[in-house]
Amino acid sequence: MDDWLPASGRTRGRTAAADRTAAGAAWMCAVIVTLAFGWIAADLLWHGLSRLTPGFLFEMPQLSGRAGGLASIIVSTLAILAICLAAAVPIGLGAAILLAEYSRSDRRLGRFVRRSLDVLAGVPSIVFGLFGNAFFCVYLGMGFSLLAGGLTLACMVLPLLIRSLEQGLREVPDDWRNAAAALGMSKAATLRSILLPAALPGLVVGLVLGMGRALAETAALLFTSGYVMRMPGSVMDSGRALSIHIFDLSMNVPGGTGNAYGAAVVLLLMLLTVNLLALAIARRWQLTQPGPL
Amino acid sequence: MTPPLLPMRHAPSALLANGSEQHAIELRNLCVCYHGKRAFRDISLAVPRGEITALIGPSGCGKSSLLQCLNRLTDMIPGCHVEGDVRVEGLNIMDPAQDLLTLRRHVGMLFQRPNPFPLSIRRNIELPLREHGVIRKPELRARIEQVLDDVGLWDEVRDRLDSPALALSGGQQQRLCLARALALAPRVLLMDEPCSALDPLASAKIEELIVRLRGQYTVLIVTHNLGQARRIADHTGFFWTEDGIGRLVEFAPTHTLFNQPQDPRTRAYIRGERG
Ligand SMILES: Nc1ncnc2c1ncn2[C@@H]1O[C@H](COP(=O)(O)OP(=O)(O)O)[C@@H](O)[C@H]1O
Ligand SMILES: [Mg+2]
Repeated sequence: MDDWLPASGRTRGRTAAADRTAAGAAWMCAVIVTLAFGWIAADLLWHGLSRLTPGFLFEMPQLSGRAGGLASIIVSTLAILAICLAAAVPIGLGAAILLAEYSRSDRRLGRFVRRSLDVLAGVPSIVFGLFGNAFFCVYLGMGFSLLAGGLTLACMVLPLLIRSLEQGLREVPDDWRNAAAALGMSKAATLRSILLPAALPGLVVGLVLGMGRALAETAALLFTSGYVMRMPGSVMDSGRALSIHIFDLSMNVPGGTGNAYGAAVVLLLMLLTVNLLALAIARRWQLTQPGPL
Repeated sequence: MTPPLLPMRHAPSALLANGSEQHAIELRNLCVCYHGKRAFRDISLAVPRGEITALIGPSGCGKSSLLQCLNRLTDMIPGCHVEGDVRVEGLNIMDPAQDLLTLRRHVGMLFQRPNPFPLSIRRNIELPLREHGVIRKPELRARIEQVLDDVGLWDEVRDRLDSPALALSGGQQQRLCLARALALAPRVLLMDEPCSALDPLASAKIEELIVRLRGQYTVLIVTHNLGQARRIADHTGFFWTEDGIGRLVEFAPTHTLFNQPQDPRTRAYIRGERG
């Protein structure tokens, strides 16, 4: 082997050229992605921003949504999201704890659950919609309702939620598990006082991913929470989520494009708020709790 | 440093019942396997109470595994299987009915890498104390001050008890971990190369503290620093690997082991010819 010899001028030149090409390609990709996002955002804001008045947020939609605002739509969206989180977060956290902390000695169970989740995460949302309709609306007799929609969404985001919460817990170093065990602390106390707080930034990231997916969902809600535009009186009423409203206005309602843009901007702002809020929580946490060495 | 007895949720009586007169820890034919592969075999050893006992030997011969048997941290390692008889203060701790939380409250441990929790200095000591039933504020405060003073940390941190423990230096962190273990008033302290991640000065401080523990606690320490074993240990055990399986080759008073080793492998290791 004489690889250690300094490269001749020619090969060095060739390597440098290859480096430049690779760097250039990477830059191109970055620029394309940024441009694509920028274009969508600019298009939305250009058409939609002028509609964003207080009235648009707090008035009821009229003329199938062509006129008026989004009041009942926003209420339905938030209700569905709340139901989804109320069901998915406890179950997701429990499953993540089971996978990350309790399945070490029983690897086969852990592997089986993880595989199933990865398969579920890849199932198209329309399938979840059909399942939700058959199970929650028909079999459990909930009909088209916010409750059925929220629970269907919960089923849909659970795989993603569990996997990212589990990842958050796994990133906590074993040093602290050993330290706590050696001090005779119970598993529950270790989780509550040390592991969960230490994993919080990771957990928040998981939550944001889950909420993002839930807010953006259309197909699964079409069959479960329905598309009635009225203000819902209870969780058993049908209600229309923002994403469905946008879909309906742009595809089925002539002259609805303007308000569709407005609604899309509202949805975008909601997603942005969730992200920034989560970032702020994680940041604040890390200021008070320095991470591992 | 007189270890006061803690009011306890778990009665200690069972653990302190009838140890043999001079030995805090007695091992008979101890074997540890990882996924069916033996890490060491047939280790029999009696660790004198109230003394400092050092374990030396090359890496991979099972010293850490042996320590982990004594507080059954081995239970947490997937694929780890322990066989043999282990008695701590006369109690058979391999008994499946043995309450692990009580055992570990009586058998403290210091790790190679300092591992304070990502909490404040105060919470680091308070948390395990609360777990073991000390909940009154004045008592907690007194106990925390006492153990921090015992490890020479009180004057350094008295003004910042509520600041993060991870902001301390490595040596201070290790002393905090020692204080945290001492707060539970253990009988036995296991130490797995407690100085090897520290600078010489911090290492010397820890060593000094260990010496001061003599008499009140039974200390079992693994060290790669032969000079340290020679300086602080009353007894020393020498481990060696044969065919990938660890063995205890020789166990004797430190002075004897270092000056008149019986086994040629011990002699060679001590002279630094091997390992
Ligand atoms: N968690 C583990 N899983 C599998 N094998 C292990 C584990 N811990 C230790 N071993 C094996 O057991 C043997 C003894 O390791 P260890 O107790 O760490 O020795 P030492 O502390 O003397 O260096 C080594 O061969 C090591 O590979
Ligand atoms: Mg070791």
